[in-house]
Amino acid sequence: MLDVDKIREDFPILKRKINGHPLIYFDNAATSQKPKQVINAAVDFYEQHNANIHRAVYTLSREASELYEKAHEEVASFINAKGMEETIFVRGTTEAINLVAYTWGLRKLRKEDEVLATLMEHHSNIVPWENLSKIRGFRVKYARIQEDGTLDYPSLEDMISKKTKLVCVSHVSNVTGVVNDIKKIAKLAHEFDALVLVDGAQSVPHMPVDVKGLDVDFFAFSGHKMLAPTGIGVLYGKRELLEAMEPFHGGGEMIREVSYDHSRDRCSISWNELPWKFEAGTPNSCGGIGLMEAVRYLKNIGMGNVANHEKALTDYAMGRLKECEKITVLGPKNPKEKCGIIPFNIEGMSSHDVALLLDSYGIMLRSGFHCAQPLHQLLGLKSSARASFYIYNTKAEIDRLIMVLQEIEQV
Amino acid sequence: MSVVDNYVARIDEACGEEKDLIVIFKYDKKDEAIKKILEKAKKEKTVSAMIFELTFRNASFRVYATGKAIFRKLKGKEELRSLLTELLS
Ligand SMILES: Cc1ncc(COP(=O)(O)O)c(C=O)c1O
Repeated sequence: MLDVDKIREDFPILKRKINGHPLIYFDNAATSQKPKQVINAAVDFYEQHNANIHRAVYTLSREASELYEKAHEEVASFINAKGMEETIFVRGTTEAINLVAYTWGLRKLRKEDEVLATLMEHHSNIVPWENLSKIRGFRVKYARIQEDGTLDYPSLEDMISKKTKLVCVSHVSNVTGVVNDIKKIAKLAHEFDALVLVDGAQSVPHMPVDVKGLDVDFFAFSGHKMLAPTGIGVLYGKRELLEAMEPFHGGGEMIREVSYDHSRDRCSISWNELPWKFEAGTPNSCGGIGLMEAVRYLKNIGMGNVANHEKALTDYAMGRLKECEKITVLGPKNPKEKCGIIPFNIEGMSSHDVALLLDSYGIMLRSGFHCAQPLHQLLGLKSSARASFYIYNTKAEIDRLIMVLQEIEQV
Repeated sequence: MSVVDNYVARIDEACGEEKDLIVIFKYDKKDEAIKKILEKAKKEKTVSAMIFELTFRNASFRVYATGKAIFRKLKGKEELRSLLTELLS
């Protein structure tokens, strides 16, 4: 069980009033709020340890380097990667997926190949592949989803073939909260010698994730959705794959040596070891250290407890939303098939109308396509409102949401 | 400065098929802007003196005491700006 009152004390922003009402933050699928432990870690880094990492021999630089390396180690252990060599720090899920596209994809994918995604992907797991396909000529295919937003596994099985070189799939849909069976998908992909890239933006913050257990090849997630600062995220990759890949960006930090060869009038370059080979330039050290603190915070609570808390909130909210006459809850009706994301619409109102009305009451939630337009098209939706929960949300906040929604229904 | 720029901080085209246009009034001008709009537009409904359902010309829209407004089914920002110019003049 989570001590939510105690947790809430750690989040200064939750004391704010918005439009005269206590803030209720239900847009956690977009980004999470930050506990003071993470904020303090960032302040402490700049007040006590700031220096460029891996560049200098002096004390501060060594301290900053050690902290940044430790951050990689702790994040690796959080997702059960083998070690920090499999844990590349990037800006977020979007950059992680683009890294795979423009390193592995750019060199490996040929005209006759196929990349198999699903129609529930966030734009960040669609656009890089569609863009790259224009350069490399391969085909992007999309596994279908069912009316309730769950993945149509038979369609995935139908579409996969020896031509498939990569299966890209989200662990949890950011629109419906549907949880995909990644182990099953990875097993299927590997039977066809395809790799699996998982968009874990909506899973790592909310449930225990074991990349080794899932047997995925690449796994991407964002720090800002799991209590850490913005601008830091992670690409996990199996070591042997990362070692065989060419780097993404070129510059300082990612090289071991750049030596000028007089006879050829060229520079020859050798890469740094993992994970630095993929982290060119001065990194977001403060973000990385913030992410380490966020991981410690979540570990301390226990990811199983986080998942149970959100499940209890989702069950409760799904039950209470039935009391609202004009509201249609989208996605699976069975809370067992999903985690703490609830999309809905109110008859006769656009989702932005709903979000603005709720904003007047201090309730923050998302409206629109949530960067997943194909899924909305498929479900026949013009847009949707979305409530998404995290560790600091309470049943009392859901009661308030329902009360306000019932008032709104009268508008 | 145009009358719209005098009162409006930003106009956002919301994503979604509805293409709603969201107007955010400048914080220190929001009360004045809302007062002007309420004088000109037809009030269809008021909720708790916080939310005003309004019509003006062929447009239906909602204004919030928090300083935001949502305009539906307009052709685009040009049409919105000309409506706002009339409403805020
Ligand atoms: C499922 C999913 N994938 C990818 C992203 C993109 O994450 P970021 O913007 O942090 O790169 C998001 C963010 O909303 C998401 O929900």
